[in-house]
Amino acid sequence: MADERAGTSGAVGPGGTDGGTGAAGLHAGAVGIAQAVRRGELRAQDVLEEHLAVVEAREPALHCFLALDVERARASAAALDEAVARGEAVGALAGVPVVLKDNLCVPGLPATCGSRILEGWVPPYEATVAARLRKAGALLVGKTNLDEFAMGSSTEHSAFGATANPHDPERVPGGSSGGSAAAVAAGMAPIGLGSDTGGSIRQPAALCGVVGVKPTYGLVSRYGLIAFASSLDQIGPLTATVADAALALEVIAGADPADSTCLDRPAPVLGPVLGRGVEGLRVGVVGDLVEGADREVAAAVAAAADRLAGAGAKVDEVAIPACRYGLPAYYLLAPAEASSNLARYDGVRYGLRVEGEDVAAMNAATRAAGFGREVRRRIMLGTFALSAGYYDAYYGQAQRVRTLMIQAFADAYQRFDVLLGATTPGVAFHQGEKLADPLSMYLSDVFTVPSNLTGQPALSVPFGTGESGLPVGVQVLAPALGEEVLFQVGSSLEAMAPRGGADGAAGQGTGQEAGGAAGQGTGGR
Amino acid sequence: MSAAVTVPVWPVEGWELVAGLEVHTELSTATKLFCGCRNAFGDVPNTNTCPVCLGLPGSLPVLNAEAVELAARVGVALGSDVRRSLFHRKNYFYPDMPKNYQVSQYDEPICVGGSLELPDGVRIGIVRAHLEEDTGKTTHVGGDGRIHGASHSLVDYNRAGVPLLEIVSEPDLRSAEQARAYVAELRAILVAVGASDGRMEEGSLRVDANVSVRRVGDATLGTRCEVKNLNSLRSLGRAVEHEAARQVAVLLAGGTVAQETRHWREDEGRTVAMRSKEEAFDYRYFPEPDLVPVAPDAALLERARAAVPMLPAARRARLFGLLSRGGDQDPARAGAPGAQVAAVVASDLDQLVAGAVERGAEPALALARVANEAAAEPDAARRLDVEAFAHLCRMEAAGELSATQAKTVLGVLLAEGGDPAEIAAARGLAALPAGAVEEFVRSVAAAHPEEWGRWLAGEEKVAGFLVGRVMRESGGRADGKAVRAVLDAARSRA
Amino acid sequence: MEPRISRDQVAHVAKLARLALAEDELDVLAGELAAVLDYAADVAALDTAAVPPTAHPLPLANVLRADEVRPSLDPAVVLAMAPDAAEGRFRVPRILGGA
Ligand SMILES: [Zn+2]
Repeated sequence: MADERAGTSGAVGPGGTDGGTGAAGLHAGAVGIAQAVRRGELRAQDVLEEHLAVVEAREPALHCFLALDVERARASAAALDEAVARGEAVGALAGVPVVLKDNLCVPGLPATCGSRILEGWVPPYEATVAARLRKAGALLVGKTNLDEFAMGSSTEHSAFGATANPHDPERVPGGSSGGSAAAVAAGMAPIGLGSDTGGSIRQPAALCGVVGVKPTYGLVSRYGLIAFASSLDQIGPLTATVADAALALEVIAGADPADSTCLDRPAPVLGPVLGRGVEGLRVGVVGDLVEGADREVAAAVAAAADRLAGAGAKVDEVAIPACRYGLPAYYLLAPAEASSNLARYDGVRYGLRVEGEDVAAMNAATRAAGFGREVRRRIMLGTFALSAGYYDAYYGQAQRVRTLMIQAFADAYQRFDVLLGATTPGVAFHQGEKLADPLSMYLSDVFTVPSNLTGQPALSVPFGTGESGLPVGVQVLAPALGEEVLFQVGSSLEAMAPRGGADGAAGQGTGQEAGGAAGQGTGGR
Repeated sequence: MSAAVTVPVWPVEGWELVAGLEVHTELSTATKLFCGCRNAFGDVPNTNTCPVCLGLPGSLPVLNAEAVELAARVGVALGSDVRRSLFHRKNYFYPDMPKNYQVSQYDEPICVGGSLELPDGVRIGIVRAHLEEDTGKTTHVGGDGRIHGASHSLVDYNRAGVPLLEIVSEPDLRSAEQARAYVAELRAILVAVGASDGRMEEGSLRVDANVSVRRVGDATLGTRCEVKNLNSLRSLGRAVEHEAARQVAVLLAGGTVAQETRHWREDEGRTVAMRSKEEAFDYRYFPEPDLVPVAPDAALLERARAAVPMLPAARRARLFGLLSRGGDQDPARAGAPGAQVAAVVASDLDQLVAGAVERGAEPALALARVANEAAAEPDAARRLDVEAFAHLCRMEAAGELSATQAKTVLGVLLAEGGDPAEIAAARGLAALPAGAVEEFVRSVAAAHPEEWGRWLAGEEKVAGFLVGRVMRESGGRADGKAVRAVLDAARSRA
Repeated sequence: MEPRISRDQVAHVAKLARLALAEDELDVLAGELAAVLDYAADVAALDTAAVPPTAHPLPLANVLRADEVRPSLDPAVVLAMAPDAAEGRFRVPRILGGA
């Protein structure tokens, strides 16, 4: 499947027509599916069944899902087909199967956040993004696995077992949106939604060989997203192609009165920028966002820069030394906000309760039993960073570093339209490899946290495979609300990405094919 | 503290009480601070709840515009600087708080500074006023209904998220009376601007008192204790005095006052410490990332100014102004006129007085009749026809009715309305002509020669007896002042 | 070198965070938190006296909602979520530490 997408990625765009017929739904991507369904050339029910067949075949090995919603998806598909038959207008994502990270609320489906503490809780309300997807005709197939409360970079910190990387089930899919990334990479759905607090969309996208976008903070409503760190969390798409990501973002973005931090502006219109090329664009290659990366990753970034230059972009190097403070600042700010956001899980109103002789004992027993080790660790870290006597040195200082980073990136954007760097320091690592050392796991986010701290949008796009044959992603960063130029460059990189063994700018692997066919492993559970 | 210390009764000679109050008022909005649930008292438990005010995962707050308007109005009324403000999270665990943090304004409150003038003219400084969300309501089951000994508790989140404005005074209060007067005055302002219904008994107004003591003449403040659970003005006064007395007792016994939070037990008439020191709370305040700052703009301030009516202090000043224009009254704020003015404004009857004065009533007389008689039936008094009341005042001032007769007519006016002249005529009420008063005086003098002699000899205190006799003989038709004038004239002739 | 967080501090933080942690986890956490704080030492040591803090990436202000009543949840739904409920309310064990 990955080879198919890679092969069509440059050609498919809004208005693109390939793959719009017959049983080709699986291969058409969201853009092609929606167009074919709208035209009555493809039945939503057939599209759904094809994807469900992939789920059935591969889910046992990959464990992407925490819940499936097959019956409602089928009912939606049937209703959609009837609407088309009646000649009614249907939405931009008509008939497109979509999976949601299980920290997004959908009525009637449990929302676990990958945690025991929410066991049994079914939200009585719907996330804004889920409502918008439904309204656009998308078929919500299920809820995907994640690191507990989105805290992690491997999806191994899920209370319900790890997810495997479709390219190599012995390896992690990245995280925390690993379930969505793996599901999209395995062809279970063209679109997955994830949330990105420090790289949780982009890092698994890179490790699974798909496109992942963290939009500008405030572009997408967070209403119904179970919070990790509110000032950093942002919902975004994981897709096989940049065009699909653009379409998904157009649907989910835009003002929402239910989220005070959501910008009062319409969704961006991204179709026209895809395939526009990069002629004349100023691209800054950020050494600080490559430094320390594995050789295969650094090579991919260099190759991407070369090809952008070859396509007419003005490529230059830029240093943003403040980046080095990003990760430590992030690991003070995010746990601090999380410690407060997660205080509500106390055994009183919903979810797990472990009895205790008084209410404080009940709270403490419930939280100790309900939260996994990584979540407990971050709550402790965040509580400490906010506590009396340490606030100024840790939380307060991290906030000031945030200002420094915003200023440093603003300076860089004086000279460049977009910035280029690595998404991750390395390719997908082995299950269990980093579990024993939290800090080494945290370092997976080193190149992705800066855009969360500054609020700027960033996108990871697959750019060939590494020496191991595993996917490598490169990261494009743009100024706040610079989604248009972000997608413009992203779609160009997608078109010029090396594919197959013949074009091994970033190594000579045939990983995408191999990855696409992978899935026989035992997974990491 | 220790049971060995005997707590004296306040006031204690040589000691001064210093108090500042934190008044939490529930704002009169239709909905809660951050969600569209009804802000209502007394509904069936947990019926006014939603994902936001239950703190369900994934829910987000959106600030109620009306709460900001009302806070700005209070700020304008108190003369505060209404400014850009920010919400923080105050983190602590308690089952009545759905998120286990309270969203509250911390170091950047919406109102800063200002003051409030008590009826006696004393100004009490305002430190700040800030917006925050209320908690749910916890009922303790088992034991004696108190938290101690309860087997379990039940939580109702209807009140969780109701908008509160916390108004913090400077430590400018020096007595229980002042503390009560401050709350009464603040309550009147809150009601006047439409910010609150002011119902203390429903918890719309809740007061915490910061109390310390010092030796008279000391300039520095003593260590303060915060006293909570003051559910009425009476509790407030008792608690402040008891707490001050307790602190003096501790100090006199050679101890030191510990800075702590104490709970007022109304039934026992004492305060008890709420938490031990080692459990001192660390609230880990940080900026609430789910909300953005509130920056009142010129339009909002203009609306707030326009919505603030004439406040009690200004209304009292206006009445004092009328009195001094009358010329025959000392406009001093202390004493009888001051109390009458305060009572009239508190009963919302100052318009009646002012209207009557405009229509020719003598100011002091109109004030006295309203404060002493009409204010006893405030609802009827607010319906009273101003012209009829003014007419009555004019009749009394002109000597057409005695004071007693005027009060009778006023009673009829309050109960039934009508024209005072017709009422008086129908009931045969008319002040005696001057000659008739002299006749009654002569008759009383003849009947009580001993008292009459003492009067003529200059004994002032028999005047009351003689006037009373004349009033009785005349069946209330004689006017007290007129009788007194006749008595005086008789003595000066003697 | 003095660790950045002591075992006692870790125990105190666990209490603030309402986490009933086992003794051995407190030991492990003391080491792990110290490692992260060491990693953050560069940040803690930066001279930022002239730098204002950023709490939020957005420069928004005055996001307000009209004071209009919206439907609440059905209390039956609300209470069905509760681990324990009685008399239409959420039931919790006795509360200590108050008055
Ligand atoms: Zn609500």
